[in-house]
Amino acid sequence: MGVTPISWYLALSGVLFAIGTVGVLTRRNLIVIFMAIELLLNAVNLSFVALARSLGSMDGQVIVFFVLAVAAAEAAVGLAILLQLYRLRETLNADEVTTLRW
Amino acid sequence: MSVPIFLLLAVLTVASALVIVIHRNPIYSALGLVSTLFLMALLFVGLEAHMVAVLQIIIYAGAIVVLFLFVIMLLNLQVEERETVSRPLIGAAVAGGLALGLLVLLGIGLTPLAPPAPVQPGYGGTQPLAERLFTAYLLPFELTSLLLLVAIVGAVVVGKRQA
Repeated sequence: MGVTPISWYLALSGVLFAIGTVGVLTRRNLIVIFMAIELLLNAVNLSFVALARSLGSMDGQVIVFFVLAVAAAEAAVGLAILLQLYRLRETLNADEVTTLRW
Repeated sequence: MSVPIFLLLAVLTVASALVIVIHRNPIYSALGLVSTLFLMALLFVGLEAHMVAVLQIIIYAGAIVVLFLFVIMLLNLQVEERETVSRPLIGAAVAGGLALGLLVLLGIGLTPLAPPAPVQPGYGGTQPLAERLFTAYLLPFELTSLLLLVAIVGAVVVGKRQA
């Protein structure tokens, strides 16, 4: 048994991205939607790391570092918004929060 | 990383990702997220991205998921109301997800990929990462610190009780 080819990592990343997309589309609980978004970010991170390994360069890993920072900022602000939303509306169901819908 | 270990990790990762998306209780979803992130850190180690794997466990599994669990427990969400998405919509979403996955797999299958280049000693460690970060990526790095500052202030302002 040899070393796993890089394309298998990319395939796994694609499958995880598809699972995350289905989660964002089908779940109505805003916290779970948030978690599915984190899953999407991670699937892309896996692609970056795999391609960095494939090219033998560190740049992809540096990008993953930035993605981690952005994900942390996004989670902090997003969860604060969710807390405030729950205080105002007593719900986290995406179908009941449609004030901004056109 | 050898093929059987990769396959084991891949199956476990996909299973825990499915737990995030399918389980009705958000706490179980958060635990599925933790296990997905840990398994992905192991995959990163297999790709010789040691520093990124450690960062993944510390920042994602350590900080972000704890934030999620805090919010879930603060809002007392363990009893979830029924999901209101209609059945045809779920079918359409799953079909779309399958189509997306197949498209990606097709694209990967059709793209010739050079075998991985041999890596220099120390690849994936702290030192080469820091060297890139503080030379070629210095401006984005500084902007990241600004982004985090804005996020902290924003989270505090949004999260505090209106007077």
